[in-house]
Amino acid sequence: MEYEILGLPVWYYIAMVAKVLVVFVWVLLTVAYATYAERKIIGHMQVRLGPMRTGWHGLLQPIADGLKLFFKEEIIPSEASTFAFLVAPLIALVPAFISFAVIPFGSTLTFGEYKIPLQIAAYADKAGSIIDVNVGVLYILALSSLGVYGIVLAGWSSNSKYSLLGGLRASAQMISYELAAGLALITVFMVSGTLSLQKIVADQAGFGWYAWRNPFLFAAFIIFFICSLAEINRTPFDLPEAETELVSGFCTEYSSMKYAMFFMAEYANMITVCAMTVTLFLGGWHGPFTDAMPILSPFYFIAKVYTLIFTCMWIRATYPRYRYDQLMGLGWKFFLPITLVLIVGNAFWINVVGAGNWLGTLFA
Amino acid sequence: MPEILFFTLVAAVAILSSILVVAMRNPINCALSLIMTFFCLATLYVMLDAPFMAAVQVIVYAGAIMVLIVFVIMLLNMRTETSKNYVHGVLVSCIVAVLTLFVISGFLKKSPLTGEPGLMTTDLVDKVGHTELIGRAMFSDFLLPFEITSILLLVAIVGSVILAKRKL
Repeated sequence: MEYEILGLPVWYYIAMVAKVLVVFVWVLLTVAYATYAERKIIGHMQVRLGPMRTGWHGLLQPIADGLKLFFKEEIIPSEASTFAFLVAPLIALVPAFISFAVIPFGSTLTFGEYKIPLQIAAYADKAGSIIDVNVGVLYILALSSLGVYGIVLAGWSSNSKYSLLGGLRASAQMISYELAAGLALITVFMVSGTLSLQKIVADQAGFGWYAWRNPFLFAAFIIFFICSLAEINRTPFDLPEAETELVSGFCTEYSSMKYAMFFMAEYANMITVCAMTVTLFLGGWHGPFTDAMPILSPFYFIAKVYTLIFTCMWIRATYPRYRYDQLMGLGWKFFLPITLVLIVGNAFWINVVGAGNWLGTLFA
Repeated sequence: MPEILFFTLVAAVAILSSILVVAMRNPINCALSLIMTFFCLATLYVMLDAPFMAAVQVIVYAGAIMVLIVFVIMLLNMRTETSKNYVHGVLVSCIVAVLTLFVISGFLKKSPLTGEPGLMTTDLVDKVGHTELIGRAMFSDFLLPFEITSILLLVAIVGSVILAKRKL
């Protein structure tokens, strides 16, 4: 007889801890090397070399950066609100990391009679069916709305004009683009009929990816990706930290590890947004041969996420920054009405053509 | 047993942070404690098998308090601290709170729970899903209140647009 804790086998707990550790280490490593990749990729796109000195082709650069920031002196401005100033980087960083808990990064592994779904907040019950958080998408939206507080608090508590302007810009931008991103997601729910990410991914099996289910979903995919870029303050929407006008925006007064935390939060947010786009629109972990060999699925997932991260960096190297009023106009006057039209169009399409894989039936 | 422990922890944090909402001197810190309270309430919703309510609680209230904070930053002076002491106000509200506690416990004693499970059991929520149940109830049984609320919101939006833009 095997051990049981609170009615669940010990295996369940071991698998849970292992999943948390693996995902956490993967996100941390990706955050570290995304900074390196960004400098390298943008460097080569601008016919420069990027970091070259630390290690072979600068491979140890993120580690050197981390060590340097860790040992820097920590400065708290004398007129700052100390509590909010200290807690703001944590509020920015924690939601960025824990939103990964609901993203399915692989198919279900089977060890003998035990099934382990590759998603942190999911488990197989005794009958063998997979149970996950059935409001996964809303969970990520809720956490991303909490992450805004870190930036606004940082801007307010630093007691500096640059920081305050950066923080206010960030709050206005995130609130406006959250709307368009959320409405673009509704088209996905109309097809999937569920909020559970596990079921949304299962519904996209066999190249029935939502991105090309119908033209409206494809448009929703593009709009969701652009709005997410704006929500996480990436170029061309990085007005909260526009160097040319605001020094460094909301994190102007931050130094040492606290500055590094904002930096990590930004990159972790980028990974989360890319992972969410992959899960919702690009088939999640699905790929060729994943049914026969489930162990392949995390690699497909990682490849898709890295492709999207590369796209983010490509966009950063290509486009100049928006002007502030143009940014607001784009969000409220262009994306918001278009997503409303997309929802109505998607409803018509589902009723006339059907919610199924339209392209697949065309080629079959 | 672990559920009770977890509940005690979350409830303690919720009570502590809701006391801080009224005790803090700085409006921003008050708003932050308010978020903490709502977050604890969301955790309690999750423990009651209502994950959809929890997510909506965080999304709606986090957004609303965000707007509150932006208002505080823009309209009040940067470091406004309520320095006055409100001894009488605090005393009266304490008395009212204690009396309310007595009234509520009196009502609870008077009407004992029947012990019969209602329509929405844990099994049903697990099988059908919480989101689906809420959606079905909202768009069938409670359609009229839902539509009336949406008209109310529309009126509020039009009103705010007219207030903000005097010259259209």
